[in-house]
Amino acid sequence: MFGLEKRDYTLLIIVACLTMFAPFILNPFPTDSAMAQFNAGYPDLMQRFVIFGIFAIGFNLLFGLTGYLSFGHAAFLGVGSYSAVWMYKLLGYNILPGLFLSVIVSAVFALLIGYISLRRSGIYFSILTLAFAQMMFSIAYSDLIGRFLGTTITNGETGLQVYNSDPQVLHSASKPDIPHLFGQQMQSTYSLDIAGWSFDFNTGYYLCALIMIAAFYIAIRIFRSPFGLMLRAIKTNQTRLNYTGLNTRPYALAVFVISGMYAGLAGGLMACMDPLAGAERMQWTASGEVVLMTILGGAGTLIGPVLGAGFIKYFENIFSKINDSILHQWFAFFPDGIEDAVVFMIHPFIGKGWHLTLGILFMLVVIFLPGGLVEGGQRIGKLLKRGKKSEDKGDGDAASTPAE
Amino acid sequence: MDAFILQLLNGLDKGSAYALIALGLTLIFGTLGVVNFAHGALFMIGAFCSVTLSRILTLSYETVDETQKDFLGNPLVVKTPYVEKWFGPETGAAIIDWAVPLAILFAIPVMIFVGYVMERGLIKHFYKRPHADQILVTFGLAIVLQEVIKYFYGANPIPTPAPGAFTGSFDFGVLLGFDPNAIIYPYWRLVYFFFAGIVISAVFGFLQFTTFGMVVRAGMADRETVGLLGINIDKRFTIMFGIAAAVAGLAGVMYTPINSPNYHMGMDFLVLSFVVVVVGGMGSLPGAVLAGFMLGILESFASMNWIKDIVPGIDQIIIYLVAIIILLTRPRGLMGRKGVMED
Repeated sequence: MFGLEKRDYTLLIIVACLTMFAPFILNPFPTDSAMAQFNAGYPDLMQRFVIFGIFAIGFNLLFGLTGYLSFGHAAFLGVGSYSAVWMYKLLGYNILPGLFLSVIVSAVFALLIGYISLRRSGIYFSILTLAFAQMMFSIAYSDLIGRFLGTTITNGETGLQVYNSDPQVLHSASKPDIPHLFGQQMQSTYSLDIAGWSFDFNTGYYLCALIMIAAFYIAIRIFRSPFGLMLRAIKTNQTRLNYTGLNTRPYALAVFVISGMYAGLAGGLMACMDPLAGAERMQWTASGEVVLMTILGGAGTLIGPVLGAGFIKYFENIFSKINDSILHQWFAFFPDGIEDAVVFMIHPFIGKGWHLTLGILFMLVVIFLPGGLVEGGQRIGKLLKRGKKSEDKGDGDAASTPAE
Repeated sequence: MDAFILQLLNGLDKGSAYALIALGLTLIFGTLGVVNFAHGALFMIGAFCSVTLSRILTLSYETVDETQKDFLGNPLVVKTPYVEKWFGPETGAAIIDWAVPLAILFAIPVMIFVGYVMERGLIKHFYKRPHADQILVTFGLAIVLQEVIKYFYGANPIPTPAPGAFTGSFDFGVLLGFDPNAIIYPYWRLVYFFFAGIVISAVFGFLQFTTFGMVVRAGMADRETVGLLGINIDKRFTIMFGIAAAVAGLAGVMYTPINSPNYHMGMDFLVLSFVVVVVGGMGSLPGAVLAGFMLGILESFASMNWIKDIVPGIDQIIIYLVAIIILLTRPRGLMGRKGVMED
């Protein structure tokens, strides 16, 4: 179905189910229980899950599949946000033109930057993309183009937003004053209360989720296409490809543009959920974040980036919420002295210290588990399988026959 | 003309910082072949060495002075730093005043130790891994170091003043025959420039005129052959990593009076110093120094008013523009060697 193999089809179904039932899955605890702080099923966070999922899927096409480590991908995210907000300002709050323009504009930027950066590979490519991204960040942060032309393009530090004085030619009094899709407001949420549980169904989230499933589907098709095979060949041995008389640049450029479009789409969606665009989205630490997501989940795998994005955003949210008094509650069963000691030990890693935890986690993954969470899952799966097999056969040489 | 000279001078101190960091980066890259994204963090740790030392020096004990009253009418509690007790009030005050230069002595062993631990503990295991992995693991390390510093020192910049003797400015214009106050240049920036010059010459002298340096240079050119000659090149490279860390740390120590250190200053400098290294040519030490000064000076020229009137904000993007142009026209950078990072 959809031209997919059975395995990929299963994967797509899994992702689709996960995203569609996310409001249930992410809210496993009743609202007034002590565990409710682990619930992540509120609209804002769920939107971020899928938006960053799209961003990471696109980045993975470039880094995981083709092997080019870009350190400036957040620039395209920012470009997407700015374009979408400009569409609100000029046309009105319908998100469709905004999304359309954000993909187109980020593709144009990706084409330009990619054309120049892809002349070099390896570390030079990383630094070139980094330089471009920092340049675009500076331009957006101080609105240099706007100042040059004597108008406002990015509105500098304040960030771009919609004002009453903006033209909004397609806007009329009957339409909502917030981002909407043909009247369906992105912020509208339907809450379902069942016996202590509360589940939020948010229009914006479901729009993003549908787009992410589509994006995921396209990524699968790219992975399995002859084009994807060529990209894999570029990652494996570019020199050898060149010696066969093949020019790899167009392929690399194509995937760079595609992944820039994914980033632009994610940026556009961000502006759809919240009609603002700021330069901080383009900073190179933001590019670093998508690198973290992809690596943490598993670069080069299909589902890895989605998992990584969800993982980082979930724990960012949970860890930053935990504070000392919650820790004291948890460890109350220890004697007082030990309780204080344990809380003292954990204290640097929670709340504002979340980045420390993330950094350590990231280092551990790079050092011990280069394949990310996906590889971790596979290893555990293999161990389990091996355990079962040796039980069945009653001998221990199952290692010689791998399951696949 | 005076504006021109002023900008040239202004560019020198920033250029010195770029040159020092880029020098350390290139040393690590040239010897160990590792792309160290944690180098900015080393710069920051150096800066916090100076903060730490000035905090240690001002550790005080409290005495109650019955003759004076505070605003509530209680006896005044006077804090006296221990150094003033041990060395007498005047010497003690002078020591506290000179905390930043003294921090050089403190920072060198600390930085060499940090560098040694970093190389032996982490980076050693990444020689055989792809460059992307090296970038990623050092990037993670940079985040960790930065967050640890933030945990202990807080997120706000910590002002660390220069010694009293170096506050104020030097009227450079008078020396060259301009009007007084035409070219005003803070003393400390001058000190920074000369300090950077001394460190850079020391590193070059060390590599050029000592046996150790000769072996290291040989190892940079052909690691395998040097190893076959029975020299333990890995050990020397580890020491070079320590030295590179110390260079970055010293750049940080002396930079504190110019810019109050905060936990993300390393990241801010890191991107620029990578650009500097690439412009200078990966693996070329003179290239790194040259590009550092060149970009620092270019940046300050671009912030001149009449240039900003033509192209607003050019000062913020000029470095990246230059880097992009140079990488496209001279892919190896200004003084890059052939065969370094070509694949």
